[in-house]
Amino acid sequence: MNARRDIIEGIRAATPGMLAATPFGLLFGALAVDNGFTVGEAVLMSATVFAGASQMVGIDLFGDRVAPWLIVLSIFAVNFRHVLYSAAMSRHMRGWSTLQRYLGFFVLIDPHYAETEKRAETGRPITFVWFITGGVAFYIMWVVEGWLGAVFGRLVENPAAYGVDFLLPIYFLGLVMGFRKRANWLPVVIASAAASIAAYALVGSPWHVSLGALAGIVVAAVIGAPAAPAEEG
Amino acid sequence: MELSTTAWIVLAAALATYLTRIGGHVVLSRFKRIHPRVQAALDAVPAAVLTTLVAPAAVFSGPAEIATIIVAVVATFYLPAMAVFALGWAAILAFRALIG
Repeated sequence: MNARRDIIEGIRAATPGMLAATPFGLLFGALAVDNGFTVGEAVLMSATVFAGASQMVGIDLFGDRVAPWLIVLSIFAVNFRHVLYSAAMSRHMRGWSTLQRYLGFFVLIDPHYAETEKRAETGRPITFVWFITGGVAFYIMWVVEGWLGAVFGRLVENPAAYGVDFLLPIYFLGLVMGFRKRANWLPVVIASAAASIAAYALVGSPWHVSLGALAGIVVAAVIGAPAAPAEEG
Repeated sequence: MELSTTAWIVLAAALATYLTRIGGHVVLSRFKRIHPRVQAALDAVPAAVLTTLVAPAAVFSGPAEIATIIVAVVATFYLPAMAVFALGWAAILAFRALIG
């Protein structure tokens, strides 16, 4: 049965990303409680925002007693890269219903988006069942981790001691290298790396993500379309 | 049920985040045809965005992080993704112990 295979493959695709994100899910819960959140509020944030980096930025600002609108704006800024994912996802969602699309977008997180592009590259279909299975698996893990971290607070006192603070960059690096057969890959990576480093130093986080990504995408647009058409007809 | 101020801010942040996740699709779906340059730009999205999550994190952390990135880049040419991930984890621990 196709749906059954999609479910198995969906979970398999999400597994490495879930492993890499686990320390951050726990850490988020612990830090949230440290910054004055109740366990319920910490779980609420993981369950409704579902975007690790922005949640960390958010609770950091809560601790500093920053104006509410500024907290929301900062989280929006950290998450702005999702606009690009969302635009790029349109091509993979042709057979989906409107409801399926708007459900799917809720679980459009970095690793799941990257796994989707990886799968599309191999020519396998991006079905709703495949996408939502991986997304929901990730979601359940993330919410449970936030809850565990909030309840057992000091579980991950010093993440740097175990190297876990650098796991996501390592995981993302592997994904970047996985796309190296794509048209314009090297100029895009060089432009994004240089621009994000410059923006990090000159403008500051989180703007380095949007500005760096924009540089790479503009370079791709200037160079132009790849010789071969994209995966679907 | 009375919601706390924190809960309201969290819900507003959740809405803002969801808007970023549907935004690109909502804008793009208004166009019938996609220009080849836009197509090229969309093809570049994963590498462009993910690179920004790696490069500054490596450069502004220290020699151990830079060394780990170099090891991991080389490893991607020879090993499958999970092995690269495991090797990278071992490398960051080793380099931090050796060169800080």
